[in-house]
Amino acid sequence: MTTLAPALIESTLQPNITLVLVTVGLVAAGTALALDRSLVRVLLGMVLIGNGIAVLYLVISGRAGRAPFVGEDPAAISDPLPQAMVLTAIVISLATIGFLLALSYRLWQISGTDDVPDDAEDARIQRLALEDQTSSTYDPSEESTTTSDELADGDRSPRR
Amino acid sequence: MNLTDVAVPNLVPLPVLLPLLGAALTLAFRRSPRLQRGVSIAVLAAVVAVAGALVWQTDVNGPQVLWLGAWQEPLGISLVADRLSALMLLVSGIVTLLVLVFAIGQGQADSDDESESETPLTIFHPTYLVLSAGVANAFLAGDLFNLFVGFEILLFSSYVLITLGGSAARIHAGTTYVVVSLLSSALFLVAIAAAYAATGTVNLAQLAIRIGDLAPGVALVLQLSLLTAFAIKAAVFPMSAWLPDSYPTAPAPVTAVFAGLLTKVGVYAIIRTQTLLFPDSPLQGLLMWAALLTMVIGILGAVSQSGLKRILSFTLVSHIGYMIFGIALATPEGTAGAIFYVAHHITIQTALFLITGLVERLAGTTSLDRLGGLAVASPVLATLFFVSAMNLSGIPPLSGFLAKVGLLNAGIELGTPLAWLLVVGGIVTSLLTLYALTKVWSQAFWRTLADAPRSTETAAAIEAGTLDVEPSADPAGTVLVDTVRVDTVRVDTVRVDTGSRALPRTMLGATAAMTVVGLLITVVAGPLFAYTQRAATDLMSRDPYITSVLPVEVRR
Repeated sequence: MTTLAPALIESTLQPNITLVLVTVGLVAAGTALALDRSLVRVLLGMVLIGNGIAVLYLVISGRAGRAPFVGEDPAAISDPLPQAMVLTAIVISLATIGFLLALSYRLWQISGTDDVPDDAEDARIQRLALEDQTSSTYDPSEESTTTSDELADGDRSPRR
Repeated sequence: MNLTDVAVPNLVPLPVLLPLLGAALTLAFRRSPRLQRGVSIAVLAAVVAVAGALVWQTDVNGPQVLWLGAWQEPLGISLVADRLSALMLLVSGIVTLLVLVFAIGQGQADSDDESESETPLTIFHPTYLVLSAGVANAFLAGDLFNLFVGFEILLFSSYVLITLGGSAARIHAGTTYVVVSLLSSALFLVAIAAAYAATGTVNLAQLAIRIGDLAPGVALVLQLSLLTAFAIKAAVFPMSAWLPDSYPTAPAPVTAVFAGLLTKVGVYAIIRTQTLLFPDSPLQGLLMWAALLTMVIGILGAVSQSGLKRILSFTLVSHIGYMIFGIALATPEGTAGAIFYVAHHITIQTALFLITGLVERLAGTTSLDRLGGLAVASPVLATLFFVSAMNLSGIPPLSGFLAKVGLLNAGIELGTPLAWLLVVGGIVTSLLTLYALTKVWSQAFWRTLADAPRSTETAAAIEAGTLDVEPSADPAGTVLVDTVRVDTVRVDTVRVDTGSRALPRTMLGATAAMTVVGLLITVVAGPLFAYTQRAATDLMSRDPYITSVLPVEVRR
């Protein structure tokens, strides 16, 4: 989108450590929440991650300066581009959060809980796999006939 | 500078602008379905025309660049159409148009017999147009952030489309889909932040110049984070598990357009960033492994499934592997093969999902355990399925075969052990695709209805078990008899139904047209392959793109 004055690029090389820590904290807490079963917690986690990334954009915009476009000296103003980008990202995440809220409300309406359900198809396949492990003709009360087949072929008990 | 010089770059934003304006109009006309339909079709037809003009212009005159708002380059936002973008725009335009016709046919048919409409027209048209605008924006974006915005536009409309109607199954599927997409968007944002912090720009052409000066470690971090974000969107293994869970529940036209387009936008983004930003990629080996695993594990998933939609979703994942294969080779031939494969796969996967929509309409289910006799019920549909299935699995002389041969040739030409492994993996995947699809053919279309439940008794019992009884708890006999009886009764009514209610002509027509487009790619394969080769040469040399976006005098 734009080219920066070299001074600004250099200033990004010394990130603000407080903001970095805030980013780390927000994203870590958000990730922990997003791993939860409840969709509302997932949503809150996503909010935190989104906010953490917004702070990250403050980090990369380098040294805080005067408001963009004030004055002519590019070294004195903040970098406007990350601000533009992060505003876009915030608007998008606002809309997404709204949608997720509606989604979790609908989920609650349908199932009475906002827990993200297990995938029905996965459960079906797991059951299929379990069925596979024990054959349908297998009868646990019957003794194994494998060895007797080989050792004493002549006399064996009647099998199915 | 004559008139055409001014006019052509001004065409570039139209594929984004027209659908957005159309979305506004269809919202305004929400009380008049007829006007909505007219606007949507006109807009998407115009997009196809513009995309066709762009394909021709970019092939003759090189990449077309427009700096929006006439900001002086390199300030501002650029839209770039090169051969790759133009081809993607054309194919996606044709697909969205045909799927729209299908959806309109479905909506009309549903409102005629007063059953609950699968596609509520008032929401569907604006959202669908916004989706198409987002796809176009992603293809045309000249900088990373605009690419992000394009992704968000298309993802957001896809959230609405995948939960259309808000039924329990769709909400469940939508939840997974939305959360996974959000996560990939967050990763993408972090990658953009890192790229900006490292280079001071997000313009792709400028990035291409500046990333070369970065320390290798920093460049690798950028590459990995971008790749991860795009790989989630493109459903590359191991980030592919969300796809077969979320796509099958959506309405047929929505699934079709998602399957055709959305993952391919991710593939497009991978092609663009890999070739333009990271030409000497140290990650070739990683990508090759990802391609191999995507192909093989995806197709094994398809083989083990018994639902038609799920089988197709897994083949979709699996065939993404072919495209990654082409990209990972990092040779002009490999990239050309990947681009050709994308064009082929968009059309064929969409056609197959539209056919699935018709199967569901005809038989009331897409579960293979309950299907049978469709070849008698609708010979046209059976023919369409057979042609498309053979096309996807790569039977000569169809385009699927040509696309795979292109990729395999490129792999053999590279000749490293890993490339050979990929060639073998590609052939195995192709054969397993053929197996999975012939299974569908013989079960759903070829066998008689009477055979249907009995040939897979256990599976049918379990299928019924998921609905009401737990089959493992019962002695097998009772459940089985019940299921068989229920199924035959149901199937008989279906058969009676099909006599009175034939498939709606619009839907069948749109599906047939989609299949024909797939065949058309076979017919024009020669010129198209030459075109993709030129596109790939441009991509690999990087110079046409960079020079047309940033003429030497404005580089700093």
